[in-house]
Amino acid sequence: MIFSKYLFFILSFIAIYAALKVLISKKPMHSVLYLTLAFFAIGGHYILLNAQFLAVVHIIVYAGAIMVLFIYTVMLLNLNIQGEFPKTRLTAIASAIAGGLLLTVLIAVFRTYDLKMAADPSLNQIGLVKNLGKVLFEEYYLPFELSSILFLAAMVGAVMLGKKDIY
Amino acid sequence: MQNLNIIPIDYYIFFCSALFAIGVVGVLVKRNALVIFMSIELMLNSANLLLAAFSAYRNDPAGQIFVFFIMVVAAAEVAIGLALLVMIYRSTNTIDINVLNKLKW
Repeated sequence: MIFSKYLFFILSFIAIYAALKVLISKKPMHSVLYLTLAFFAIGGHYILLNAQFLAVVHIIVYAGAIMVLFIYTVMLLNLNIQGEFPKTRLTAIASAIAGGLLLTVLIAVFRTYDLKMAADPSLNQIGLVKNLGKVLFEEYYLPFELSSILFLAAMVGAVMLGKKDIY
Repeated sequence: MQNLNIIPIDYYIFFCSALFAIGVVGVLVKRNALVIFMSIELMLNSANLLLAAFSAYRNDPAGQIFVFFIMVVAAAEVAIGLALLVMIYRSTNTIDINVLNKLKW
C-alpha cells in the first residue's frame, strides 16, 4: 500500500507541473496540450480513489470532448500569427502574490480542522459503476433527465452562436 | 487516521488547493481569453477532485454523483463558451481581454 502513496505524489507532481506549464507556455496550443496532461493526471487520481466510473467519465469528457473543442478553437482562431499577448511585469507579480495568498489562506484554514475519515478509499466500493448506477437512477433520476435537456439547450445555443448572420 | 497505510485526506486538500491557486493565478495573469478559460477548467477540476476525495473517504456515493453532474454542466459550459469566443473573434478579430473591456466600467 506504500505504492499508492508514491503514485499519489507522482500524479500530483505531474498535475501541478502541467498546470504551471499551462500558464508559462507562450503558445495557446502548448497550453492546451499541457492541460490535457493535467487532466490525465487528475484521471489517475480518480483511479487512485477507487472512483472508476468518474475516472472513465473524466477521461472521456475532458481528455476526449473538451480538449478536442479547445484544440479546434485554437486552430480556428489562428492565434499564432497574431503574436503573443504582451503583459506587464507588475500584473504578473501582483497576480502571483494574490494566488500565493489564496493558497496560504486555504491551507491555513484546512490545517485547523482535524479531519477524521470514516473509510479507506482503496477498500470501499462506492465508486464502481454498479453502485453509482443504482444511486444515479434511483435517487437522482430527475436531475439526470434534466441534464439531458441542458445538453440539448447548450447544443442549440452553440449552433446558433456559431452561425454567421445572427447579428 | 488509525491506518497509516492509506493516504491522508489532507494530502488531497493541499494538492487541490495548489491546483486551485494555480488556476486563480492563470485567470489573473493571462490576457488570452482562451487560456483564461483553460484556467477556469483547471479550478473546476480541482474542486471536482476534492469532492470525489471526500466522497470516497466518507463512503458516501452522493458526492460522486455530484461530480458527475458538475462534469455534465462543465461540458455544456465549454461548448457555449468556446462558441462565444469564436463569435467574439469573428466580430472583433481579437480575444485579448484588454481590448474587450467595453463592459468593464
